[in-house]
Order: sequence, then structure tokens, then C-alpha cells
Amino acid sequence: MTGGQAGRLRHAEHVMGTVVSFDVPACAGGAVGQAVRWLHWVDGTFSPYLADSDVSRFGAGEVALAQCAPELTEVLEACASVSAVSGGYFTTTPGGRFDPSGYVKGWAIERAAAMITAAGSAEHSVNGGGDVQCVGDHGSGQPWRIGIADPLRPGTLALVVAGRDFAVATSGVAERGPHIVNPHTGQPATDLASVTVVGPGLTLTDAYATAAFAMGSGARDWVESLDGYEAFAITSRGADWQTSGFGAYLT
Amino acid sequence: MRRVVLTIVVTIAGLVALLSFKSHLPTAPSAAVSTTGGTSGTSGTGGTPASSSSPATVPGEFPMGSLAGKLTAGETAVTGHVATTVYGPVQIQLVMRNSKIVKVAVLQQPMNTANDIQIGDFAFPKLISETLTAQTAKIDAVSGASYTSAGYIKSLQSALDNRA
Repeated sequence: MTGGQAGRLRHAEHVMGTVVSFDVPACAGGAVGQAVRWLHWVDGTFSPYLADSDVSRFGAGEVALAQCAPELTEVLEACASVSAVSGGYFTTTPGGRFDPSGYVKGWAIERAAAMITAAGSAEHSVNGGGDVQCVGDHGSGQPWRIGIADPLRPGTLALVVAGRDFAVATSGVAERGPHIVNPHTGQPATDLASVTVVGPGLTLTDAYATAAFAMGSGARDWVESLDGYEAFAITSRGADWQTSGFGAYLT
Repeated sequence: MRRVVLTIVVTIAGLVALLSFKSHLPTAPSAAVSTTGGTSGTSGTGGTPASSSSPATVPGEFPMGSLAGKLTAGETAVTGHVATTVYGPVQIQLVMRNSKIVKVAVLQQPMNTANDIQIGDFAFPKLISETLTAQTAKIDAVSGASYTSAGYIKSLQSALDNRA
């Protein structure tokens, strides 16, 4: 499905178990195809649901890391770093088995957005199932406006953030119910209904959102300690909080 | 204006096609649908509020039948072409004010099976309210807990991607 306003092109691609939405200048439309091929390659290589993916085979001990795509080594090293920064709340074994998806999606989307930048666009966004990388602004000097879905009232927005060259990632209780486990307890994280992290690049912004959700109420102080990242959360009881610099993104 | 109508009809037609893959039809559609719908406010309206005067942005409330005779000053009704879907004809009508959609009415929808009723009770109102919300907030994208490929069609992001 492809369409859009004059001068803009919108494309929605079913991949990685979700839908990735592109909003690009029409002149950069050719790069969307390249980005889409990259996302399908990532899916085939990193999906824990495909038995013959590198991630599945490595996780099952069928192949050594050296026999996998070199990107898997890159991802594992980055995951170890995020795990350390988050005090172990980010993990590559969230459900007990090897699954680096919490890192891979944001990383794949940020790289897809970079491909479109390399093709000459200075103003586009890529939304990977609710985690958004924005490049430049939305044309005519207008900032990107990203609605934050209200997890307690489906179909409505909790608030709108605006910015340029930024990433917005939200972790929460998804359609299938609680799915993020606190690795320190082994139990589903239940403090928060959702937490949104805003930062420069989607790779770390998304990984930090996942860690923050697992952390629960402790996430506020943790994100406060991270340079360049801000957070907004809605608790499972319907209250909300935000870090001290989050207001800069509110319109 | 015709493009807007067409876009929404295409979105709804896509939704009907998607839902046609559902194999587990509820025996008591309204009750089952209210469970699926969570807190979206679509529950308990097995009938259709033919003369609803509620604001169109209230999730789950939308009128059946033409609004052409109920317009207030400054409003214009735009009726879309009948879209043929695998389940039957779908036709919608938009009420515009100052070039913005303020209400959406369903003129025709499939009503033959439990699945059709599920679409009417749950999916149409959700899609319509989200289209209106997205328009009202003037947003470019939506961030939220990851949706599945199937859930996307009911999402705000879907409404944005289909925006003309």
C-alpha cells in the first residue's frame, strides 16, 4: 500500500511481525525499496520465530557465531553494552531463550532511515510498529509531530511530542497482554502501562524503552541519569510521570 | 474531497478483506466483541444508534444512515461510491466542516453473517474514531506498544498511512 500527499510518499510494509510505515519525500521513493529489502533480510536473519534464521540456529547451538551473518556479532556486542548500562534490565534472553529482538527492531529501523538519508532525503520518518525514527523535519520547517498512544484508552492519544532529528519509542502492554519480563524476577513487568523514551537514534532509544518498562517505577531515575534521553510513562493505575527534560518535546 | 472518501472506503474495504480471514467467529458477536475491544467503548451497542447526536470523536459511536437531512450550518455531506468487498457492498458518507471531517456515517455495510456484525459493531467505529482522532491531532506518526501485523489495520498509524 503506497500513497501520500503531494510531494510526499507513504508506504506501509508488512515485515518483522508488524508493519513498518515510511513517510518520505517523493524524490527519495526509490530508497524505500532498498530499505524494505534490508528489513526483510533482517527478519530472515534475526527472527526467533523462523527455525532457519541465524538467531534461531545460534540460539539452539546448531551454528557458531562465526558461521552467522557478521551483523549478529555486532548486535550481540551492542546488546551486552545496553544490558550493562541498564543494570541487567535489558536482556537477550527475555523469555528464557535467545531473542535479541528488543534491540534488533530499533536498530533495523534506524538503519533503514539512514539508507533513505544516504539517497538524498533530509526529511523523512520510518515507524516500525510504533517506534519511530524521524530525520530532519516534516518539511517547511515544521517539526515532526508524533502521537503517543494511550494504552489505557485504545484509539486515543495520551499526548503529542514534536521534534527534529529524533526518535520516539514506546514499550508497553501489547495486544497480546504483558510481554516484557523483569529479568531480575522472571515475572512480567506490571508497574507501567507504557513508557515512551525520546532520544537521538532509535536503536538505543528503543532498547532503553524496553529496559525502562522492565524496570517499572525505577525507570524515572534511570532515564534521568541518561544524557540525551527523556521519558514519559503511564502507570498501570492511570497516573503518569515524565523526566525533567521531557517538556521540551511537548507542544 | 472525493480522494478523502475514496481513501476511507479503501481502508474499510481492506479491513473487511482482512477480517474475512478470521476463522473463529463468536457465537454471540456483541459480547465477544466487547471483550476484544477492551476499553475502546464499543461494547454494549449491539443495536445501532440511528439518531446519535454525540460528537463524532467519541470512540465507538457513529450513525447509520444518511446525515444529509441533519446537517447544521456550515456542514456539507459527501457520499462515497459503493465499494465492493468480498462480504458485500460498503458505502460511507462524510460530513465536512471547514474542510475537516466531523462525522462519518455508514450507509451500507454487509450484514449477513456474525463476521459482518463483528465488523459493524467493532471495527468500523474504531477505524472511524481513529481516523478522526488522527486528523484532529494533526500528527505525522503514532508511537505505542508494538502492534501485530493484523492489529495494524485498526491502528491510528493505519489511518495516517491511508490519509490522502
